[in-house]
Amino acid sequence: MSPANPFASSKGPALTNGSAAAAMLSAGIGSFTLALLSLAADKVASIKSLLNFYKPTGPLSGVTTVAIVVWLLTWVLLEVVWTEKTVAAARIIVIAFVLLGLSFLLTFPPIGDLF
Amino acid sequence: MDITSRGLFTLLHGMGFGALYLLACSGALLELYRLTCPAVSSEFTAGQTRFLKVYLVTMAALAWAAVLTGAYVVYPWYRATPPMGTVDLSMYPQRLLISNPATTGWHSLGMEWKEHVAWFAPISITMVAFVFIRYGRDLVNHKHLRAAVLGFAAASFLAAGIAGFFGAMINKAAPVQGGPTIHISKGPEK
Repeated sequence: MSPANPFASSKGPALTNGSAAAAMLSAGIGSFTLALLSLAADKVASIKSLLNFYKPTGPLSGVTTVAIVVWLLTWVLLEVVWTEKTVAAARIIVIAFVLLGLSFLLTFPPIGDLF
Repeated sequence: MDITSRGLFTLLHGMGFGALYLLACSGALLELYRLTCPAVSSEFTAGQTRFLKVYLVTMAALAWAAVLTGAYVVYPWYRATPPMGTVDLSMYPQRLLISNPATTGWHSLGMEWKEHVAWFAPISITMVAFVFIRYGRDLVNHKHLRAAVLGFAAASFLAAGIAGFFGAMINKAAPVQGGPTIHISKGPEK
């Protein structure tokens, strides 16, 4: 068992953990959306064409723009719902890291090419 | 001594924003670790907390500047399509790389990964900056959040490191060049 942080307040946390959990989960969701869209744009010609928002940059412009919009919308939504709440942070953090880990893997071409 | 305008923008993207971000990561990871690890933590003063908030916001700005200049300034030059019949591909880095079996991997693996993985850095560090600004010293009272903040900062470092490594290697194999030449200094006459 790890020792308690000597600088932790004896009164306990002043803020609930909901706001941070919302930020972390939405970061995981945003990253995973980017990975899924990059995979979809690589495999499906119609999606590739649809995501070509800015021609000089190509589908990357749409992939990243949509992912950022999804990330920010999810963040705002979760922030509104969780900001005053104490949530199951450990479970939410695990989900966020799994999504982030999958994002790294799915964007790695040898793995993306398996699909 | 001179540099092309495209070379200058590539330098600004890679060295100005990307490399500076990677350097800044070490400081952020150390400070966040101090906050996370009871054995080595020292009490954060209000001044130190304020400094770390500014530091993390600056890192987020650097990360966004790196990916946005990369995607919208340098990448279009990298992936430009040469006119039919072009023999000299030196102005078309992507085509130059895939024209040679010895260098095609720098594009098919390096650039294909880099152009996507790089975006995980600003997303993660923006979240880290937000959480630290929101919670400040109260973060020491949230064990799971402290560990997660450190983990996301490390993931951000990894994403930026992958992007930086491939960016440097790709630009070595097929440099982005072109545009007006900027003369930096004139050497002595021989």
